[in-house]
Formats: sequence, C-alpha cells, structure tokens
Amino acid sequence: MTQVTDAVAPVAETDVPAVEMRDISKAFDSNVVLTGVDFEVTQGEVHALAGGNGAGKSTLMKILQGVYTKDSGVIRINGQEVNFTSIQDAKAAGIGMVFQEFSLVPTLTVAQNIYLTTEPLTGKVLIQVREAREKAREVFRQMEVEVDPGARIADLGTAYWQLTEIAKAMAQDARVLIMDEPSASLAKHEADQLFELVGRLKAQGISIIYISHRMEEVYRIADRITILRDGKNLLTERLTDITPDQIVEGIVGQQIEGMAYQERDTSAEPEVLLEADGLTAGARVQNVSFTLHRGEIIGLAGLMGSGRTELARCLFGIDKLESGEIRIHGQRVDVSDPRQAIKARLALIPEDRRAQGLVLEHSVRDNLLLPLLKKIERGLLIDDGKGKELAASLIKRFAVKVANPARPVRLLSGGNQQKVVIAKWLGTDPEVLIMDEPTAGVDIGTKTEILTMIRDLAHEGKAVIVISSEYAELLAVSDRVLILRDGAVQQELARKDITDEESLQHAVQGV
Amino acid sequence: MTQTTKPPQTEGAVAVERRNWFATLDWRRYVIYIGFVVIFIFFAILLGDQGFLSPNNLLNILRQTATITVIAVAMTYVIACAEIDLSVGSVAGLASVVTAMAVAHWGVVVGVIAGLLVGAVVGSINGGLVAALGIPSFLVTLGMLGIAFGMAQWITDSAPQPILSYAYNLAFGSGNMGPFPGLVVWMAIFVAVGAVVLAKTRFGRQVLATGGNRMAAEFTGINTKRIKFEVLLISGVVAAFAGMLYAGRLQSGRFQWGQGDELSAIAAVILGGTSLFGGSGSVIGTLFGALLIGLINNGLILAGLDASQQQVIRGAIIILAVALARKK
Repeated sequence: MTQVTDAVAPVAETDVPAVEMRDISKAFDSNVVLTGVDFEVTQGEVHALAGGNGAGKSTLMKILQGVYTKDSGVIRINGQEVNFTSIQDAKAAGIGMVFQEFSLVPTLTVAQNIYLTTEPLTGKVLIQVREAREKAREVFRQMEVEVDPGARIADLGTAYWQLTEIAKAMAQDARVLIMDEPSASLAKHEADQLFELVGRLKAQGISIIYISHRMEEVYRIADRITILRDGKNLLTERLTDITPDQIVEGIVGQQIEGMAYQERDTSAEPEVLLEADGLTAGARVQNVSFTLHRGEIIGLAGLMGSGRTELARCLFGIDKLESGEIRIHGQRVDVSDPRQAIKARLALIPEDRRAQGLVLEHSVRDNLLLPLLKKIERGLLIDDGKGKELAASLIKRFAVKVANPARPVRLLSGGNQQKVVIAKWLGTDPEVLIMDEPTAGVDIGTKTEILTMIRDLAHEGKAVIVISSEYAELLAVSDRVLILRDGAVQQELARKDITDEESLQHAVQGV
Repeated sequence: MTQTTKPPQTEGAVAVERRNWFATLDWRRYVIYIGFVVIFIFFAILLGDQGFLSPNNLLNILRQTATITVIAVAMTYVIACAEIDLSVGSVAGLASVVTAMAVAHWGVVVGVIAGLLVGAVVGSINGGLVAALGIPSFLVTLGMLGIAFGMAQWITDSAPQPILSYAYNLAFGSGNMGPFPGLVVWMAIFVAVGAVVLAKTRFGRQVLATGGNRMAAEFTGINTKRIKFEVLLISGVVAAFAGMLYAGRLQSGRFQWGQGDELSAIAAVILGGTSLFGGSGSVIGTLFGALLIGLINNGLILAGLDASQQQVIRGAIIILAVALARKK
C-alpha cells in the first residue's frame, strides 16, 4: 500500500459543520444496525467513510438521504436540525447522491437526465429543451469537464455517466455529495479525472462523503476518515495521523496479512493443465497464447478495454473463437459454448455478479444448486433433501453468512453474494477457475477471505486465472502476471520479477 | 451494501430469528388461495338456495374450467420463462378442426396424431422464431394468433366439423372416467405433471432460472435458447390438446373453439402468483387462478347477471386480486 502524501487542506474546525449526525441509532425489527453513531462533515471537506460488511455505513448514508428514518439521534445540516422523511426532503436540504449503480435513463440525453423531474418549463407544461441544455452546459463548465449535454447516455462511457450523476446533483444545488465507490467502474485515467473534479468541488465549498475500499485513493483525496465497526464509531482521524495498516486493521478488526504475497511451494515438475494457442476473437483478443500449470495462479493485468474480460469469455465459450485452440491435459477441447467449457472442467466467476452470476430473486440455495442440478437428481426428479445438504455444505465450506438459504440472494451483502457465486462454481469441481474481478465491490474482510481462498484452491491443485484492476490484489496471489494491451499479450512477468505495485503499473501503462 | 449479516447467533437470537420468519412470512404469495376460499364462502352463503353448493354445480365449475386450466398449465412455463404465448386460443381452434377432419377421414388414431402435430408445428415455429432469431414472443405469437385462426376458418370454410367417433368423444371430454368427468381427469393429469416438472426437475429449474436472469443462466451453462424453444413448443402442443378436448366435449371441431382463451389463461397464471416478468411460477397457483375465474363466472350466472355485467365484475376482481398479491 503506498501512501500518497499530498498536503491536506486545513479543515476549519470552528465552522458550523455541513452535516452533523449525533448519536444515531437504527434497528430493523430486532436487528440493531447502528448504535449511537456520530458523524460529521465540515464544509469543503472530503470525508472518507469506511467499515467492513454490515458495519452500518450504507444504513447511515441512507438515513442521511432520507431513505430510512433514524430511530433516535439528531441530524443537523448547517446547524439546522432536520428530520428527513423522504428522499425529496434530503435533496431539498442539499444532500446529493452519486449512485454506485447508476440511476440514469440510458435512452435519454445527458441534459434530460440532469433535469429529469426538474425541467425548466414554459407555462408549467412545456419543457424548454434549449434552456435545459444551456443550463446543463453551465453546470459542466463549473465542474470544468467536457460533456455534450445533447448526447444520449447509452452512447457514452461509464465515466460520463458518473459525471452526469454528479452534474445532476449539482444542478439540484447539492452542497453535500455522497459518493459510493465512485472509482469502481473507471479506468485509471478516468479515476484521475474524477479525483481532480473532487478537488475542484471541494474548492467550491462542497462537502463530499466518500465511501471507498481503495486505500490509495482515500489517502489521495480525503481529509478525514471515519471507520464504523458493528454499527458503532470506531475512530475518526485525519489521514495525516493514521497509517494504512491502522485503517485496514480498523476495518477488518485485526491485522491482516492477506494482501502480502506469500511464497508458495510450486512443485518441481508442474503438470501443464491448460494451453491456449493463438486465441483470436474480434478486436479484443489477438493471438493470445499461454500455458497454465496445475497449482498455478496467473494474473491478467491490463487497462480497461485491453481484452482481459474478453479473453475470459473466450476461454469459457461465451464468445466464439475465430482461430486458435485450447488444450486441456494436451487434448484439444472445443469450448464453443459454456456447456462444453463446464464439461472440460472450466469455471468462470463473471465480472458482474448481479447480471451474470446470480438470479437475484431466487434463493441462495437455488442459486448455489443451479449448475449442480445433475448431482442432486434421483431418477427424473430432483431430490430436495440432497439439495439442501449440498447447499448447506457449500455455505459452510465457503463461509457464506446467510441466516436462511431459502431467502432471496439479493438480500445478501455484495461480499456474501460474491461468495455464493464462487461457491456455486466450485461445487462443480472445476480444474481451471477463471475469476474476473473476484473482489469488486466487496469489503476488505471478504476480500482477504477470497484471496486466501484463491491460494488454497491453487494449493489443492487447481489452476486459477485472476483478472483484477487492483494491482495489489494481483500481486498478492499471482505466480505469474500476463500483461494485456489491445487484446494481445504484451509481456509475461514472473512474480519475483515484479518489485511492487508501481512497477506493475508501469508495465501495464507501457511506459 | 445491504444489512443482512447476522450477529453471532445465541439461543435468544435463534428465537428471534424464528419470530422474524413468521413476521416475514409472505402472505401475498397466498392471496390466490385466500381469495378463492373467501369468494367460495361468499357465493356459498349468498347463492346456497340457487344450488351453488350442489355436487352437480361444483362439477360443472370444474368441467368448464378444465380446458382453460390445461392451457394455463403450459402458459405458466411460458410466463415463468419471461415469454408469452398469445396464440394458444387459436391453436386450440385449429387443432380442433384438424382433429375433427382427420378423424372423419382416417380414424381416431390419425386424428389424435394430426391434432397434436398442429400444436407441435405451431409451437416449433413460435419457439424457433423466438429462440433463434430473438424476435419477442409477444409479436411472434400475436402474428400466429391470426395465422392459426385464419387457417382454421379457411380449411373448414367456417363450417363446423362434426366428430361421429364415439370412442374419440368418450376419451376426450364427453365421457366419464370412473366417477369423474373425463375432462376433470385430464385437467388433474396436466396439473399434476406440470406441477412436478416445474418444481422437481432440472428442466423446471432451468426454466425458472432462464426467466429470472437469462444472462446468468447462460453463464451457468444453461442452453437458454433451447429452454425458450421448449416452453413455446410445450405451450403449442398443450394448447392443441386443449383444442382436442373442446372437440371431444362438443363433438365437433370449430374454428371458434378456444377463441379468447389466451387472455383467460394468462389471467389464471398471473392470479396464481407467477411473475409476469419471469423467474417464478406455481402450477398449483395457476390451477386456483383458473378455478377462481370459473367460480366467479358460475356465481355471477347463478346470481342472474347477464354476460356484460359478468365481464365487468370479473375484470374488477382480477385486478383487485393481482393488486393485493403484488410485491411491496
């Protein structure tokens, strides 16, 4: 973890805080989520909010946005006590939210999205289209970013969606912006632009509550950090007064060694498990060859659009290969669809667990059993008793925290949902496991668990391909790293030849 | 991030958990059964003197609901798979006339095969267009509704096709099997098989997964194109079978048989708690949905309402039931 030591702007302690939450408590039925939490953001401050799974940070933010009502405690905005009963109340008080899952209408234009429900009107009926565009342009000008207000959202990249979200909040005169993992879906240079924008907003006196699991960016942009644990305040510190290790410890509750690379005993004569030979598909996969051994973990590094995900999709038969071949145990296998890939004992933990990994409305158990239905059949019918047992054993083996496996999987936290996806696939007993961003949007505790899981799987003799945008994570587990650029393998590095995150960063950027 | 992680469980927590479970018990899922019982009791009290509760009347309700129920069982699969089949009513009509004509020319066996073949052909075309070309099933089956209806009218010159085969009529709807009307037995068979296959087989689970999240199902190795094809094929064949039941009960094939049944069947499925957006489905719910519609029809007739008034009240009750059953 590198510490960025940018000078932190002084925070005027004497000012009235933009947001002051005192002694906030909240319980859902008998499940106490927050007990006496204090949280404060001064004007023009970037305040990071961190905490593990179920620490209560989303609940606290939902109370601030008026989604939930607090059971007790006081909220003051600029010194005025408020009682939000709806999202509209919070918006009127200047609280804006940049959603982790974007809340834009893709078929409408940028300006239409920004002024959705708050359109400038002629005679209370007709929307002033040109006026709206002009106003949107003005908002972007103040943000100092280039976005065409007339462009359709669907035609723009995710970075622009986020800018539109921010502009939408600004157009509604937000003085406090809540950003939940805003960099998660951005490439590095886009994230840099975002951080610069955060700096400019801050200079305009806008307060930002920044929820992130990425330590580096917290140090880069935040003034202070508040860590919650089990629904209580753990600490609030200036980032100049706290080390990354202390933060991680605060979040996880103990010192973790998960992120450090652990020398693994790779056997003297590793058996070749999978060979990819000249794989080509579309523009994003160009003549890719590599060899994967039993018990080995390969990391795929590359910028967004470098073809990492596309390569994974080819290996699993979701996208069709135009040329090249895949051999497993030296035998050529035809993976023209996922069914063939499963037969060849491959498994893919997909990038987007909500869209690709899970049937959200179905129960945890049904999701776990979906690829395993053959195993629990007795004759023509499914044996539900056997299914329950199998699901329970997977839940136990992968430490999924779930009270009732018959409840919908959508009720689980991101980390636990990811564990369900992993458990579901490992139930098929694959030999080669492809994991695309396995720790995206999960808390640090679960992240460590997943990394440990990956090492254990390799130790058991499985071969693993890990795709990740977080270099620390790649370096924590990979034995070798393949660097992809424009769909081709640019470089192959042994772990011992990579000194630190920075050198990997350089290799990926190609400078 | 959502708040679902539980604190470590102690004895007390287990008890709390149990109470929570009861509180979260989703009564909306049972609206159809509650509604069925309430309306049944309502009619029983109100129309007891008009013979509502007589065994004959109750059997009548079952008999009149049977064909719709058969169609609705297959429709449950289609809707659970996030598709729709609007062609079922006219497929039933087409199958009834084709069966009747084939029975007249070549005998019962050929007639039965020809009828089922109509369903298989129409179902394959529907399924093929939806699965292979990705055309929305709403459009494909809307077109097929017109094609099948027109075809049935065309090949018969709009004339009824009498079925004189005693054996055919006995087996398909006019006769009794033991103490029960044949129609009701057929209905029971379809419901039983449909319920078991949906809840207890790999195919059923794959239909639900495909309807719930097609991409995740595809990533999990389910051939979602095949599943979509199969549910529409099943729907076509089952609708044809329902047409053959019409033919047997009314001892003739006519292009009008089954007209409008697609809407009754869809209503029964939705009343039964199957999500219109796919991913969940209950065949037993569908049975009660169909029975509820039959019950209402019967009660309103006994109450002396005319056809137009019946339609208004039936529509209102369906909307009310679906509104009560909707998710929060």
